[in-house]
Amino acid sequence: MALIDTINPLLTTGWGKGDAGWSLKDYEARGGYAQLKRILTSKMSQDDLIAEVKKSVLRGRGGAGFPTGLKWSFMPKAAPEKYVVCNTDEGEPGTFKDRDLLRFDPHSTIEGMIIAGYAVGAKRGYNYIHGEIFEIYQRFEAALDEARAAGYLGENILGSEFSFDLFAHHGWGAYICGEETGLLESIEGKKGQPRFKPPFPANFGLYGKPTTINNTETFAAIPFILGMGGEAYLNLGKPNNGGTKLFSVSGHVNRPGNYEVPMGTPFAKLLEMAGGMRGGRKLKAVIPGGSSAPVLPADVMMDCTMDYDSIAKAGSMLGSGAVIVMDETVCMVKALERLSYFYYEESCGQCTPCREGTGWLYRVVHRIEHGQGRQEDLDLLNRVTDNMMGKTICALADAAAFPVRSFIKHFKSEFEYHVEHKKCLVDPEVQRAGSGFFRASSATEAA
Amino acid sequence: MVEIEIDGTTLQVVEGSTIIEAAHQMGTYIPHFCYHKKLSIAANCRMCLVQVEKAPKPMPACATPVANGMKVFTHSELAVKAQKAVMEFLLINHPLDCPICDQGGECQLQDLAVGYGESASQYEEEKRVVPDKDLGPLVATDMTRCINCTRCIRFTAEIAGFMELGQSYRGERAEVMPFIGKTVDTELSGNIIDLCPVGALTSKPFRFSARTWELSRRKSVSPHDGLGSNLIMQTKHHRVLRVLPLENEAINECWLTDKERYSYQGLNSEGDNGRLTKPMVKQGGEWKEVDWNVALDYAAHALRDVAKTHGGSAIGGLLSPHATLEEMYLAQKLLRGLGSENIDFRLRQSDFSADGKRKGTPWLGMKIAEIGELDRVLVVGSFLRKDHPLIAQRLRQSAKRGAQVSVLHSADDDLLIKLEARAIVAPSQLPAQLAEVVNAVAALKGVAADPALAKVGAGDTAKKIAASLVSGSEGSKCGVLLGNFAQQHPQAATLNVLAQQLARLLGGRFGFLGEAANSVGGYVAKAIPTGDGLNAAAMLNTPRQAYVVVGAEPELDCADGAQALASLTQAAAVVVLSPFKSQAMLDYAAVLLPVSPFSETSGSFVNTEGRVQSFYAAAKPLGESRPAWKVLRVLGNLLKVEGFEQNSSEEVRDEALGGAPEFVSGLENAVNVAPNLEAAANGLERVADVPIHFADSLVRRAPALQKAADSAVPSARMNAATLVKHGLLAGDAVKVMRSGIQSDGAGDTAQVTLVAQLDNGLPDNALRVAAAHADTQALGAMFSVLSVEKI
Repeated sequence: MALIDTINPLLTTGWGKGDAGWSLKDYEARGGYAQLKRILTSKMSQDDLIAEVKKSVLRGRGGAGFPTGLKWSFMPKAAPEKYVVCNTDEGEPGTFKDRDLLRFDPHSTIEGMIIAGYAVGAKRGYNYIHGEIFEIYQRFEAALDEARAAGYLGENILGSEFSFDLFAHHGWGAYICGEETGLLESIEGKKGQPRFKPPFPANFGLYGKPTTINNTETFAAIPFILGMGGEAYLNLGKPNNGGTKLFSVSGHVNRPGNYEVPMGTPFAKLLEMAGGMRGGRKLKAVIPGGSSAPVLPADVMMDCTMDYDSIAKAGSMLGSGAVIVMDETVCMVKALERLSYFYYEESCGQCTPCREGTGWLYRVVHRIEHGQGRQEDLDLLNRVTDNMMGKTICALADAAAFPVRSFIKHFKSEFEYHVEHKKCLVDPEVQRAGSGFFRASSATEAA
Repeated sequence: MVEIEIDGTTLQVVEGSTIIEAAHQMGTYIPHFCYHKKLSIAANCRMCLVQVEKAPKPMPACATPVANGMKVFTHSELAVKAQKAVMEFLLINHPLDCPICDQGGECQLQDLAVGYGESASQYEEEKRVVPDKDLGPLVATDMTRCINCTRCIRFTAEIAGFMELGQSYRGERAEVMPFIGKTVDTELSGNIIDLCPVGALTSKPFRFSARTWELSRRKSVSPHDGLGSNLIMQTKHHRVLRVLPLENEAINECWLTDKERYSYQGLNSEGDNGRLTKPMVKQGGEWKEVDWNVALDYAAHALRDVAKTHGGSAIGGLLSPHATLEEMYLAQKLLRGLGSENIDFRLRQSDFSADGKRKGTPWLGMKIAEIGELDRVLVVGSFLRKDHPLIAQRLRQSAKRGAQVSVLHSADDDLLIKLEARAIVAPSQLPAQLAEVVNAVAALKGVAADPALAKVGAGDTAKKIAASLVSGSEGSKCGVLLGNFAQQHPQAATLNVLAQQLARLLGGRFGFLGEAANSVGGYVAKAIPTGDGLNAAAMLNTPRQAYVVVGAEPELDCADGAQALASLTQAAAVVVLSPFKSQAMLDYAAVLLPVSPFSETSGSFVNTEGRVQSFYAAAKPLGESRPAWKVLRVLGNLLKVEGFEQNSSEEVRDEALGGAPEFVSGLENAVNVAPNLEAAANGLERVADVPIHFADSLVRRAPALQKAADSAVPSARMNAATLVKHGLLAGDAVKVMRSGIQSDGAGDTAQVTLVAQLDNGLPDNALRVAAAHADTQALGAMFSVLSVEKI
């Protein structure tokens, strides 16, 4: 089912009909491309447009939460060649919102990108879609064809002076290509490795030209913001955290899926929408913003509201909005082992601390999980992560370090138990029961 | 300029420079691996992390630009902690096999590990192992030692011009490798060994032969092309075991070509074609090893006899352009003392019509470093990348900075330089094509061209080149460079005068890319004929009774090797001073005097910019060989020629140069000849390159270089149309003949068998057959008309 539940739908307005509602005529019927038409016919100035986006306090939905309007205003006005790039390389474990956005409503992203192109003065755009979701890439291509045929893309859009064309580019499944400069390198046909910054993409981006890169959800929000006005959008959420946000809830809940809620919605409400804890089990921990965000224990999380500031205050990050829910059947050492393996596998290998450090972290966690841990290993892990953080070109080393540090910080006793007793604090039977329930319940649902 | 503070010291630095450059300026060393001043910034090793005030985390000094008022701490607790952390990460997967590593003792990782490493590691897991790669005969790999700094990758892409190495896989499994199944074939490949901060890339020929601290180091100068690269010769027990670049920004920067780096192997060559270590004389057709005094007497006697019987002009002197200034000077003095004016070192030249009409010594026309400042360049008649790899490298960098480089040549070899325009014509059309460019430039400048050029007009290609040349920022940044091919061309004087006209119209400069180490020095040493003396070609075309050969192998080093061999063979007495022997030499010579190669003698080379570079011997002479200047000096005494009292090579040099100047005087490219635009050839024209690893007697004897990609056996290369015209397919065995000689021409040897090869970089009706190679020597002249037929 495309849409399970939402409060105040914007991005998910069109999801109701599932795979039947993505096409151009459906989007237009929902009021799609009206904002683009309005901008072009009223010849809205670039500054006014950016000001409107600034007013909404839309913050980047890819994870870093950088104010979108501010980012757009960094683009040099005079440059003759500029690009707009959409980051749909949604590789963060736990995140699956952009996939559904492009699947059920690709035109909102397309319209958002065209408007962004208008705002920053770019004539070309690329949408980089990660390699594992090829059918989404095909859906986006189909949507592009529709938009082009309808005159929303190409030369002199809707008879205006503005020309813009947009292309889809699919990656091959490297997590690091989700880092914006690694993504640019990949579009250029090079090995996906982040660039040293500065210069930032707004000055030296795709093919060395000024480039604005935003997340899919960010672009998709643009038409809605212009539709209701920046102020109204901001008021949907809370101050400094405007609008609504998609949350990809996964893990031990009854109804995993994407939920669009206003910023500032209590976590408890989101959990309730997701059907509550599976089998009525106890909540143990939540990773609130994708696998690279620090884990938060249940009690801390239950006090949080879902917005950038509240989660940051609790010691984690809202990130991409991937909420990974873990119940009492989870062995935190095993969970960390899996996460550490991911970063070991996905480090690009460019910077020494990350190339060497991710493997070291994984091996030590693996050793602890397999009953060969040592007393000094927890200190070693903390020391290695300390040596990795903030010492690399991109944030992958930090992303690999955060889970390790937060898992040890909040669940130290489990690690110590592992080292001491060569086995898990959570009884294996309990762990098995957790996964067994999941199978049983899906079977029931299917029936 | 901005003002910054490093470790409490305030200094002014150029805006836009990085912290590491600023620190270097004040003499503070910041540890680093991936940073190299000649390469782009990668910022991946993270060793150069330093503390910057107000920055929340340590910043890489190599990539962080300075800003006014910035305060940098390179040795603060934060900085050192970060540097030590990086060192620990670098070492966890490094094999630490220093005792068996060739880099041991000269390893950046080893050195920095002393300062930043711990004595024990907490990493107890298994270490990474990386499969070695085959990079060819010159560079050995131990990839497990690699720290992925990517210097080698950036070198191939940025300096050598073609990315032959890359990083595959990711994370901990990242590996540096060439394209699958390929080796690193650039003529500059050895530099990646110097760049490698660890022992991942080492010299294959040098491998395991000595530890670095056992080697003595001597400064020297490359004896190969006209650049005169500065060398560090490393010797052990008086054998040269390795050659490294001596950094000289004005000449070779920090690079060496593979030829310069590995040709030392020829110094240690042995066997029938190897080093000549004992004086030998031929008596009754038999070669005998004799004492020096016997051999010298024999040589002096032979020359005196010929001079007495047939006159001095019956003696010809062929001097290698790779011989030292001192050797050339004493050799010409000796020959002139014997009454001969037949002296020449320009062995591959075929047009001498400018002799006597030159206003001075032909040279580069500018400083080498000034090549990089040119913004409009026309290279005429040059296999630039192979003949002058480091000059090509300089032009590659300027092209990247926006300079426009155009080429006028008979072969469109990939220079790995972004070219603005190119004109590829048959050799005989080269002068006319250059004349077209002169006409086009004159038209654009609105001045009258030389009326003698009127009949050739100006075609589109010439106009394109001309448009590029006149579009430069200022005339003085416009340069016309004549390569080896242009100097060897049968209308070389015309090309010279046309380049002169072009430079004058543009207000720019023109010059010659010196073919050999002493291409300028030969003129300065007066090793050229005057009056009615015979030049190199003439003294072989009208055979002499006796020849004195110094350092050359005329059958391979002359414009017409077949003619040279015939003339030497018929001569009554050939006195050879050579570091090497060969079968041909044993056939034609009467006496072989073993002389030192450049590594075992003191001497001087005057490079293509006129710079005098003197050097000492790096090793003792091998066997009984002796420095050639001493041999010539004694021969002069024996022949009772005046002025042979010098007691050191420095005395000889000072006599030749009138002192010890940094640059020689009298450098001037202008000639006073009328251009001759008549196309001499008609038919299938030979395009003869001198392959990089066959250009002189030393490199021909360097075994590792002879296995390199640039040492491929010569083939008969033609473009598709020419192949079709002659009914050939690429891969066919073909007989290549000097035109006019029929395939059944009994007894005629001017034909060779080669394999036809497709080369679409050649013009129509051109057949590219390399010179200076035993396989093609029988074909004779480098510029000639050939015929080809399928066998």
